[in-house]
Amino acid sequence: MSILIDKNTRLIVQGITGRDGGFHASKMKTYGTNVIGGTSPGKAGEFVEDIPVFNSVKEAVKETGANSSIIFVPAPFAKDAMMEAADADIQLIICITEGIPTLDVVQAYHFIKNKGANLIGPNCPGLISPEKSLVGIMPTMIFKQGSTGVISRSGTLTYEVVYNLTENGMGQSTAIGVGGDPVVGLYYQELLEMFENDPETDSIVLIGEIGGDAEERAAEYIKKHVTKPVVAFIAGQQAPPGKQMGHAGAIISSGSGTAAEKIAAFEAVGVPVANEPSQIPSLLKVLI
Amino acid sequence: MKIHEYQAKELFANYGIPVDQSVLCRSVDDAVKAYSQLDSQRVIVKAQVYSGGRGKAGGVKLAIDEIELRKHASNILGMNIKGYIVDRILIGQAVNISKEYYASYIIDRNSKSTILMLSKEGGMEIEEVARISPEKIHKFVIDPSIGVPDYLAREAAFKLFDDVNLVRQAASIFQKLYKLFIDTDASLAEINPLVLTQEGSIMAIDAKMTFDDNALYRHPKIASLNEPTEEEKKEQNAKSKGFSYVHLGGEIGCMVNGAGLAMATMDMIKLYGGNPANFLDIGGSSNPTKVIEAMKLLLSDKNVQVVLINIFGGITRCDDVAHGLLEAFKQIKTDIPIVIRLTGTNEKEGRALLEGSHFHVAETMGDATKKAVELTYNYQD
Repeated sequence: MSILIDKNTRLIVQGITGRDGGFHASKMKTYGTNVIGGTSPGKAGEFVEDIPVFNSVKEAVKETGANSSIIFVPAPFAKDAMMEAADADIQLIICITEGIPTLDVVQAYHFIKNKGANLIGPNCPGLISPEKSLVGIMPTMIFKQGSTGVISRSGTLTYEVVYNLTENGMGQSTAIGVGGDPVVGLYYQELLEMFENDPETDSIVLIGEIGGDAEERAAEYIKKHVTKPVVAFIAGQQAPPGKQMGHAGAIISSGSGTAAEKIAAFEAVGVPVANEPSQIPSLLKVLI
Repeated sequence: MKIHEYQAKELFANYGIPVDQSVLCRSVDDAVKAYSQLDSQRVIVKAQVYSGGRGKAGGVKLAIDEIELRKHASNILGMNIKGYIVDRILIGQAVNISKEYYASYIIDRNSKSTILMLSKEGGMEIEEVARISPEKIHKFVIDPSIGVPDYLAREAAFKLFDDVNLVRQAASIFQKLYKLFIDTDASLAEINPLVLTQEGSIMAIDAKMTFDDNALYRHPKIASLNEPTEEEKKEQNAKSKGFSYVHLGGEIGCMVNGAGLAMATMDMIKLYGGNPANFLDIGGSSNPTKVIEAMKLLLSDKNVQVVLINIFGGITRCDDVAHGLLEAFKQIKTDIPIVIRLTGTNEKEGRALLEGSHFHVAETMGDATKKAVELTYNYQD
């Protein structure tokens, strides 16, 4: 098993006729993901590689039986795309787009939740269950099938960590980038729960960063509900307060959201925190 | 993006939120003129700067006559408050305050919603209230599909007031403030203090708003109020070229692809005994033009003694990145040592391309950081 995506994932790509949408649709398909369609209003009947394009998500779902969607449309139109997917009964919506206004995400998130679907992102690299399915923009060659679950707020930092895991013979069950925005869909708590319940996952790596208190909440949750070993890494110890560090959500405001607080919270519940990404595999090996 | 109190009050007034009468002034003469216009003997002189803690810094004073007004206005104009020089003051009628309250809307990451925060402890910093007595803060999660209906606004107002007439006034303010918050894509709309006057009316005597940078494209009027500091100008210039930059002050300049990895690189530099000069995320691709722009920015910081380039080649292959770097450095003349760490897709090919160049090439983040720190010490010797 793995979480959220596997061989049963039937994926459509919203914004498939755009540069990024087309490029990654083809990459995902090559990896073995069931990319069964794409949408772009006004371009129904066209094909991107050999993937059929539809005018709307509803149409794509009706024709293909899609259950998941990945969104590449530009920020000003992303809210609408997320809501369109949920309204067409898509169960898992992954939004890659960066720079979406936060209140748009708030609106879309609640709409999706009320429809009973799940959102991952926005501003995220997506997710991968190695050797089964890729729904995202991750470089597949660094991943290897295995039993470590990875949850992260970042993109390339996740690759760095995964690279170190794979080099040390530790494959991944599923790796997920939850997104770097202040408001995103599925987060640590929900994903920790899924990994805890996944028989193929035996350990978890959590990669956090400054801003908000999601890591502190995750630490509390781990203490109460997670029996599998967890190792954490927190980026941004050197970040000055009040400055956005690339990600819209990575900001220390009014003295809270610091790396030190997050590290202390994990250590207090017995979750080791790596000093540098290359330390993660050895910390994990001790616990398994 | 932040705006000044007087600008926020103008927005408040446009939305029908009662504010005190006030006039913006840029000189002592302006202030004297304003004083004669205001229908009040006692006035408050307030520095207009983005920083909080104006009162503590001496930037807010009461004047009871023209002599005092002149004195305060001339003291406050030109004052340095946490690095901001005061060039504008707001002269406002002194309100007869009976009690001070706190009200704000913010976006809460955990409920993934806008929330209304209220407290009877107005006038002090809300973080302070949250720390000392969190039970004195009331929070209402707003459902974005319905906003703030009358019943919810009343329920909230009853947390602050018992008298139903006051509840009605406050409830109306909460609804108007929410509309303003949503209409302008704010990330904060704060009234601190919201006051009850001795005459029995409720009004905002301070106003603070910040806005979502990602939404400014649809609010050109608000975007035009932007007054970036020199440092922010540099950051905004970087952003317009597709990368994020934050100045930190150390001696190792770094250039990284991806925000998380860039933060981790800064942390590593510190861990290995150096000091990062900056945060710089050049984004997903590393085309030569971007690298050139980023290098120019890095080298404009005269403290930089070593440059550390940390690239994880994902979708962009390492050999492409290496070509890009070689291309870029044909056009950049610098004596500053450059350490490059290249890992990921086609890493061997990438590193091979850089062999024989004047770069210090490293395989791991640890090796690269160690090298960069070492080179800084050499430089200092």
